[in-house]
Amino acid sequence: MTSATSRPAPGEPPSPRPGPRPKPAPPSGAPIRVTGAQSLVRSLEAVGCEVVFGIPGGTILPAYDPLLDSTKVRHILVRHEQGAGHAATGYAQATGKVGVCMATSGPGATNLVTPLADANMDSVPVVAITGQQSRPLIGTDAFQEADICGITMPITKHNFLVTDAADIPRAIAEAFHLASTGRPGPVLVDIPKDVLQEMTSYSWPPELRLPGYRPTTRPHGKQVREAAKLIAAAKRPVLYVGGGVIKAEASPELLRLAEDTNIPVVTTLMARGAFPDSHRQHLGMPGMHGTVSAVAAMQKSDLLVALGARFDDRVTGQLSTFAPDALVVHADIDPAEISKNRRADVPIVGDCKEIITELIEAVRVERESRSVDLTPWWEQLDALRSTFPLGYDWPDDGTLSPQYVIERIGALTPAGTLFTAGVGQHQMWAAQFVKYESPRTWINSGGLGTMGYAVPAAMGAKAGVPDVQVWAIDGDGCFQMTNQELATCAIENIPIKVAVINNGNLGMVRQWQTLFYGERYSSTDLGTHKHRIPDFKLLAEAMGCAGLRAESKDEVDEVVRQAMEINDRPVVVDFVVGKDAQVWPMVAAGTGNSEIMAARGIRPLFDEDE
Amino acid sequence: MTRHTLSVLVEDKPGVLARVAGLFSRRGFNIESLAVGRTEHPDISRMTIVVSVEELPLEQVTKQLNKLINVIKIVELETTASVQRQLLLVKVRADATVRSQVLETVQLFRAKVVDVSPEAVTVEATGTSEKLDALLRMLEPYGLREIVQSGMVAIGRGARSITATAVR
Repeated sequence: MTSATSRPAPGEPPSPRPGPRPKPAPPSGAPIRVTGAQSLVRSLEAVGCEVVFGIPGGTILPAYDPLLDSTKVRHILVRHEQGAGHAATGYAQATGKVGVCMATSGPGATNLVTPLADANMDSVPVVAITGQQSRPLIGTDAFQEADICGITMPITKHNFLVTDAADIPRAIAEAFHLASTGRPGPVLVDIPKDVLQEMTSYSWPPELRLPGYRPTTRPHGKQVREAAKLIAAAKRPVLYVGGGVIKAEASPELLRLAEDTNIPVVTTLMARGAFPDSHRQHLGMPGMHGTVSAVAAMQKSDLLVALGARFDDRVTGQLSTFAPDALVVHADIDPAEISKNRRADVPIVGDCKEIITELIEAVRVERESRSVDLTPWWEQLDALRSTFPLGYDWPDDGTLSPQYVIERIGALTPAGTLFTAGVGQHQMWAAQFVKYESPRTWINSGGLGTMGYAVPAAMGAKAGVPDVQVWAIDGDGCFQMTNQELATCAIENIPIKVAVINNGNLGMVRQWQTLFYGERYSSTDLGTHKHRIPDFKLLAEAMGCAGLRAESKDEVDEVVRQAMEINDRPVVVDFVVGKDAQVWPMVAAGTGNSEIMAARGIRPLFDEDE
Repeated sequence: MTRHTLSVLVEDKPGVLARVAGLFSRRGFNIESLAVGRTEHPDISRMTIVVSVEELPLEQVTKQLNKLINVIKIVELETTASVQRQLLLVKVRADATVRSQVLETVQLFRAKVVDVSPEAVTVEATGTSEKLDALLRMLEPYGLREIVQSGMVAIGRGARSITATAVR
């Protein structure tokens, strides 16, 4: 929001309003006459927006005209608005900036509903701009009219219907501010067509008017000291790290706190990469498909230090039996998360980076007077870790192991490679078998569980960090939901790599049918094996991408290397894998975490071994 | 379940009521009564919401309400430390034979008659919901033809103002 950005860029056409004299660039902040649409584009430039993913249509058309002239905002024309929304979240999570998507009214806007709900659940800063029918037509069931503010009310952090063009700069500034501060989230700005068309005055920066919005970032000192006392006294503590640590850019502080205290760390699905996987203190991912040692550590813990995590049901399992002996320190920027699912003994509201920074010092002070030897705790955990490491069996039928494919992609790709995933078995395996060493290298749909997330999210991520290698680990089910964005990637020069873990089935659903529905496979066979419809290799080529395929173990490394060598267009690799591989360990839905099964029929009785 | 009265100061913007009502239904909280009106500040409206919930869900209600961008401040008003009033209009069947009895009851409750016709009187009463319930019980034998009630409004006792500190 520098003053320079409020001036028209060199070469920018003058305002279409015929004025009595040519207007020189006005001084910063001084109002100039523009259309609502120009005001919108200037506001986007001023707020630092570099990329917009979207599709034009009737009511948003006025905005696309000045967008054509913008030298600062790149518009990427996607093939479906859902792709625009997920691309915006991928961009946001890869860069830490606000992701922006744009759509027209009615169906364009409703197609954004899924990605907005997704961003809301995973607290991703996204701004969606939608066209709306002209003011006189609102409420008349006009063509392509949908009450998108009403529809998205429960799935956005906030939304605006702009009814006066003069409000556009403020609406955009407020939307970006709301999306990116406090607990981040999606904000939708709905602008009627006639508001985009009318003449207005534009000046920047506008004054924000958000009297009800004052997120607490600075933690309460007393709470921090209370937490430090518990941390210094705990015999079986665990740092339970959630996605908030990545959003707060608090990984360096986390590393320091962990190493100062020697406390074991678990990172949730949203926090993979927040703490290096190679670190001795890292027990891996907790939850339904977490490692035995991570799940056991929480179950046996006497102190959970939750940092930017929200005690999601996929982490806690049956809540009443979750971590029964643990006191809870719960640090989060959203006060509503604290004690929502599990009562916190010490609540700390604030930004994770500030909280952990203060905790480091407070814990150091506490440990001068008392310090607990964690050796017995580590002995237990190390024993569990070595007895129940993550692993997998090769399929009996000689088919390719999906876990092996994902593990090899993780091993062969350079450090810093960014991975996205869809939702299902491949997502869990990508969370388990790729080793993440740094934040913002793992992007997935955690809360909403949106199938089809991988390809558009990878597109958005790659647009945000073009120098980073980006792999979408996708399933054949997910891939068929959103692969149209490969065309966007090919045309817009966004060379992502897609690994389709093609088991011919909706794998996770099939796994549940195997385990809980007596192996009755109702509507989970996609036919991608039986009929090879679609042929993903040919599909990729039709979309202007390179298409590769691997069907046996000895082809895997070679095909991954080939994929890495192609950088002038997107690559799709069809990995034809066995359909019977399952995700283990597993805590069955609705059961307690102590019921975790390391593999089918193998239950580590860690709750009874004391 | 206990009854709680929340005073919620909100920005006077379109859609605020929908946001609040939507939040309650989405999170499974029941609204017993809701009243909205202006305050002494032109940009601020005040909602008085009566909910029946336990202590812990109440904490969630207030925290979730606080997350709404248009919500400025929430105060829980204790029954003992606040004045709480509801407005009731009720049409009671009252011909000449029972009218004097009806009027007697109306006076006992310090209610008043605001409309009269040969067959009925319309009674206006204010008070807590308990008082209004009692009045209705007393009038019921005569025949209640039509009832309309406002939501509860409430204000804290003493000189302090919750709106004064909300505007900075």
